[in-house]
Amino acid sequence: MHFDYWLDNFWSLSVGGLTQGAIYALVALGYTLVYGVLRLINFAHSEVFMTGTFAVIIAWDMLGYDLNAQRPGTGVVIALLVAGLVAASLTSAGTALLVERVAYRPLRRKNPPSLVFLITAIGASVVLFEAVGLLTDRKLKGAITLVQPKEVFSLFGASVDNVQIMIVVAAVVMMFGLEQFINRTRLGRGVRAVAQNPDAAALMGVNRDRVIMLIFMIGGLMAGGAALLHIVKVGSAQYDVGFLLGVKAFAAAVLGGIGNLRGALIGGLLLGLAENWGAGIFGTIWMNVVPFAVLVLILMFRPTGLLGESMGRARA
Amino acid sequence: MIDKLLKADGRRLGFLAKMGDRWRAIPKGWRFAAGLAFVLLLVVLPRVQIPIIDPIIRTTKIDFTTVLFTVAMYIVVAVGLNVVIGLAGLLDLGYIGFFAVGAYSVALFGSPQSPLATKYPWLICVPIAIAVTMISGVLLGWPTLRVRGDYLAIVTLGFGEIVRLVAQNSAFTNGQRGIGNIPYPPGTWPEGGGGFLDPAWGTLPIFGSATSLGWYWLALACVILCMYASRRLEHSRVGRAWVAIREDEDAAEIMGVQAFKFKLWAFAIGAALGGLAGALFAGKQAFMGSNSFDLLTSILFVAMVVVGGAGNLAGVTLGAILVWYLPERLRGIELFGVELNTGEYRLLAFGLALIIVMTFRPKGLLPKRYRSSQPPVVAEEATA
Amino acid sequence: MRQTFVRAFGGAAVLALALGASAGCVKSGEDANKAGKDCSVKIAFFGALTGPNAALGINIRDGAKLAIDQYNAAKTADNCKIELANNDSQGDEKAAPGIADAIVQDTKIIGVVGPAFSGESKAANGKLSDNGVTIITPSATNPTLADQGWKTFHRALGNDAAQGPAAGRYIKDVLKAQKVFVIDDTSEYGKGLADEVKKTVTPVATGTTSKGQTDFSALITQIKSSGADAVYYGGYYAEAGPFVKQLRGQGVKATFVSGDGVKDDKFIEGAGKDAAEGAILTCPCVPPDKAAGSFAADYKKATGNEPGTYSAEAYDAASILVAAVKAGNITRPNVEKFVDAYNGKGVTTTFKFTDKGEIDLSAVAVWAYKVEGGKIVALQEIPKP
Repeated sequence: MHFDYWLDNFWSLSVGGLTQGAIYALVALGYTLVYGVLRLINFAHSEVFMTGTFAVIIAWDMLGYDLNAQRPGTGVVIALLVAGLVAASLTSAGTALLVERVAYRPLRRKNPPSLVFLITAIGASVVLFEAVGLLTDRKLKGAITLVQPKEVFSLFGASVDNVQIMIVVAAVVMMFGLEQFINRTRLGRGVRAVAQNPDAAALMGVNRDRVIMLIFMIGGLMAGGAALLHIVKVGSAQYDVGFLLGVKAFAAAVLGGIGNLRGALIGGLLLGLAENWGAGIFGTIWMNVVPFAVLVLILMFRPTGLLGESMGRARA
Repeated sequence: MIDKLLKADGRRLGFLAKMGDRWRAIPKGWRFAAGLAFVLLLVVLPRVQIPIIDPIIRTTKIDFTTVLFTVAMYIVVAVGLNVVIGLAGLLDLGYIGFFAVGAYSVALFGSPQSPLATKYPWLICVPIAIAVTMISGVLLGWPTLRVRGDYLAIVTLGFGEIVRLVAQNSAFTNGQRGIGNIPYPPGTWPEGGGGFLDPAWGTLPIFGSATSLGWYWLALACVILCMYASRRLEHSRVGRAWVAIREDEDAAEIMGVQAFKFKLWAFAIGAALGGLAGALFAGKQAFMGSNSFDLLTSILFVAMVVVGGAGNLAGVTLGAILVWYLPERLRGIELFGVELNTGEYRLLAFGLALIIVMTFRPKGLLPKRYRSSQPPVVAEEATA
Repeated sequence: MRQTFVRAFGGAAVLALALGASAGCVKSGEDANKAGKDCSVKIAFFGALTGPNAALGINIRDGAKLAIDQYNAAKTADNCKIELANNDSQGDEKAAPGIADAIVQDTKIIGVVGPAFSGESKAANGKLSDNGVTIITPSATNPTLADQGWKTFHRALGNDAAQGPAAGRYIKDVLKAQKVFVIDDTSEYGKGLADEVKKTVTPVATGTTSKGQTDFSALITQIKSSGADAVYYGGYYAEAGPFVKQLRGQGVKATFVSGDGVKDDKFIEGAGKDAAEGAILTCPCVPPDKAAGSFAADYKKATGNEPGTYSAEAYDAASILVAAVKAGNITRPNVEKFVDAYNGKGVTTTFKFTDKGEIDLSAVAVWAYKVEGGKIVALQEIPKP
């Protein structure tokens, strides 16, 4: 127990935790959306994120900015970031739709217990990451460093750099956009209707299959955004990145209240903080135990999470 | 195409069901004799070369007896996990946690290298391992069995990872460096071998590192014992309560089944069997490090139960054979001049198998049949 | 209906039993008698050829294969050809005992190059040793392996107890670092190395990473607050790459020092050229171009690749076994006797095994490499104490 150390470095640990938490939050959205509508855990979502990370690097490579290229000017950097976002979002959304098509839709007609869905999702997850692992020889793939971290301002002695600001701001903007989409548009209303009562929604003329495809796609788009931010921060992709990050993002979704969009944001940020604070207090060796412990504790004492499960809640 | 395959597979299931009914129609004495003959065949399997069958089943690149031991050990795992998943309907993704607790109990209580340094012999370590895993099953189940099914899956996954991380990080278990010199049961092979054993084994320890046959026989005995116990349990009041909970927990509660209590029992009994398998693993391996308990192995555990047929002992046995024997048999075999890379593609294949089997046969390759819902047609015919 | 079924079933059971009885027992040791006429033997490779750890295993296999191919190509071979038996363990401890059994039963196998990793060594070497199979590992560097009482165990390179202190001396004497932050990845290899470094330099603080970790902000905060001027990392390149990238991104200037697990071009790819620049990597392996003789050129010709980590050691390990066969030793006890008494120069160092099977640790050359301009270049041999 090192509470002194934790207090001394409180802001530094918090900044790092919030940055990672923002990425968790974006991935957590995928779990939350699917759970909110279908009431099942999309175990394969972690691999949806993983395919996005590779898409970013491959897109940059194809545009001529590979590992050994000189860092281009600001205009090109922004263009490349957008290109990376598009590539990652399309790939992740495509993977998510593929998972839905192969692992979920054939089953949905038979209406089996939800555990069966979980098992096919595990199968899909294993297939995806093994396939990518075999294709990449299970080695990491490096990306060009587009954004060099530079201190922008100092927060009580903790430096905050441009990459960290970019990640947190981008994540919050994406979350806000998604919430507006779900709450204000016609399609979003359809999603809420199915989440609230699938049968009644179907009677009112909502195409359930289309809504389900839509939520898988949105989850994939958000994971694609997370993948870009991950690459900007970490600088390389690896086939097995999904598992640990996925479980943590899932824990974040449960922490905030699975099925609740704002819960995913709060849960992600809190989990990022908890992880870094835990590492500060107990030592880095126990860092990975923190999210699992949080998950178990939350499910024991408040299974509905901090904000409760509420995507289907009616809104005027 | 798919419809035709499904139909063919349906015929296979119908045939198996008919065979099963006929088997049950045989007088008990005959059944017992046939079972005994089969067990005897299994006992001598590694040491005899049965014409035709032997070249098909004997592994070439890896010792056959060791593979048989491994498969038998994982059948114990499958029978234990079957209690949790198949009978009580609780999806446990962290079952490897119990396997690890059992293995580490033996290592910690038995090895002179462990910080406990109690140096108990293996035979004393086994009941300790079973008791410790049962307690850990209850400790995990007490808080978590209140949550819904799919949450439970994730919580147990978390538990399995916590066990692995603690084993890896704490000084007590010595991380990946592990604990060596784990004790094994006493006894030496008889000198000469009586024409059946290898004469070179004379006076070697039965359970030492040089030979695997003793371990195989021990594991086989454990399999038979566990299967018998599991069957008895299934047809007892407890077993009926489990089925009721699995089919509809709320309805079961209304009918007076204490769901929580019986779920906890399922967890504890499943954990105990996992602990027994872990104890076998630790004794045979003689060295215990944290590397052996990764999540993917845990997913393979679930795969063998679910693909084989949850709830059906024959099914989970088939699952264990598919997951642990088949890749070893295919190891190093050349097909069209290319060496089959079974290690590399094993997980990929089982991922695909999980999707396909679950989509077309959600109840597994050898699904459980319930007598209550299907009247025994053949039996009636026989008595008529 | 029932009658026929009973008869059929009973008949099948009886038949199975009869077959079993008539089949006779498995004969073992039949090959041993043949050895007199036919002197061809096998050397087994034992390590990962597939799976996440395959890269090192393939380096080792190729090194051993080169030694054996060279022997077979030479006319002196007569009919005593040597075959390399590949045993792919995937680095999985659970599979290792079964593979060891299979090696033991193939009496043509006179020696093993491997097992490649320390974990699988612990699970397999007991069996190999009990059955008199000579073991020469070219890569398992855990010091405790020599203390397990395995009679036939040999190690063709310095263990962590050679590399760790050398890294420590380099940090202390060459870099003259005052505050050293020591990190390990909790793996058998990484922790073993970091623990040895800690014995030579007193760390200002310690930390850990874990497999698959990508966010190191908590650890970097710790490094910053410790004011370290050197960071030692015991682990593999997969985590070291992203870690160094984030370390430099956070403005930490401390020299990054690590071991042979990071000495891989993928480290530079993961960290980025700028961040990796100046990293010091130690290895108890001689730079391939400094290896004696034409090894580097031959290897390149045979495989098309530059010699990788442990290729030269594997070549040496296999060469010692080949030398035993050349001297006419084709039984396990004779090979073991020959290797125990072996005294000769290989491409990496001079081999003379101690009772425990170690080479003379003071003779082990540990080299420091440096990342310069996106390449790993040999810097100097770390001075012996």
